[in-house]
Amino acid sequence: MNLLSLFRRGSAPVARERLQILLAHERETRSQPDLLGVLREEILAVIARHVAFDPDKVQITMDRGSTVSTLAVDIEIPNRRRASGAASQQLSQLAFTAKTATARSQWTNGLV
Amino acid sequence: MSEGKSGRVVVVTSGKGGVGKTTSTASLGAALAHLGEKVVVIDFDVGLRNLDLVLGAERRVVFDLINVINGVAKLPQALIKDKRLEHLFLLPASQTRDKDALTEEGVAKVIAELRTKFDWIVCDSPAGIERGATLAMRHADSAIIVTNPEVSSVRDSDRIIGLLDSKTEKAERGECVDKHLLITRYHPWRAARGEMLSIDDVLEILSIPLIGIIPESEEVLRASNVGSPVTLNAPLSAPAKAYFDATKRLKGEQIPMHIPSESRGLFNKLFGRKAA
Repeated sequence: MNLLSLFRRGSAPVARERLQILLAHERETRSQPDLLGVLREEILAVIARHVAFDPDKVQITMDRGSTVSTLAVDIEIPNRRRASGAASQQLSQLAFTAKTATARSQWTNGLV
Repeated sequence: MSEGKSGRVVVVTSGKGGVGKTTSTASLGAALAHLGEKVVVIDFDVGLRNLDLVLGAERRVVFDLINVINGVAKLPQALIKDKRLEHLFLLPASQTRDKDALTEEGVAKVIAELRTKFDWIVCDSPAGIERGATLAMRHADSAIIVTNPEVSSVRDSDRIIGLLDSKTEKAERGECVDKHLLITRYHPWRAARGEMLSIDDVLEILSIPLIGIIPESEEVLRASNVGSPVTLNAPLSAPAKAYFDATKRLKGEQIPMHIPSESRGLFNKLFGRKAA
């Protein structure tokens, strides 16, 4: 508000940078379907074909960056090795991370 | 009404609500009429009409756009002639909640008829990207995108620009809607201190040509309080001058752009109260 503000940098440059990153992404994906969304659905469908898992135990996180976006899918899969055993159920975890370089729209993915 | 005109359709749109679409529609419409053009302003905000209120015609609404589309009223019956400007007319929106009554064919017919009777058809779009907004832009020859220098408004404007480039009649014919950026509620001193996106920031991000910068002003609020567009109510005020300049640019005149500047004294700068 006063003399103090001379020592504080305005927040407009932050606003500008955030908008530039966001809009670069939104403009690119405007015409095409939501690539990360489609991938998420298809990955889950493939896993569900082979193993049963609880949809509530699926963690999906997404991080959109300026050049690389990351989609991480963590699926908790119950292990039923011995259905008769008392403490038989163990858990294993399956995790996928998919990355996309937004600038080139190319996909690289790897199993974590 | 004289027939045989071929009016230009302009949509005033933004995506985000509350940025000044209705105020700008009223101000630009009144400015065009003041400059001798024959103008109709149409409210597309079915269920939440406000253009009548801003123009001071709220007690004169008998028929509305939906009535015309449904055939309940003829177009000339629904048009409200402004009491101050002889060339300014309003086609109000319906206050009923039935948005489905706004049909694509109906709107097309109304716009086609208005084109033959007016020089300018200014469509005040509702906020959002739903039916009302897409129908308001559907037949546009040009678009005025009203944007505040603020992140959510800029983002929504970008989205609307995308729709103008894909969902309009012109876009579907492979042509391009003329797009103009109108920056409203601009605080020069906030931009100068880096607290608000600057004109250059917004222009660089949206990359469409600028048609005007409307400074934040109490005159704009005062004008809507009394139901008279600022270009009529306080024609010499800074926002009215900015709207008049924008109007002339819309008509194709070359007017140098005036960027509102810091007008506070040294005392205020140092110990600052907000001047605006």
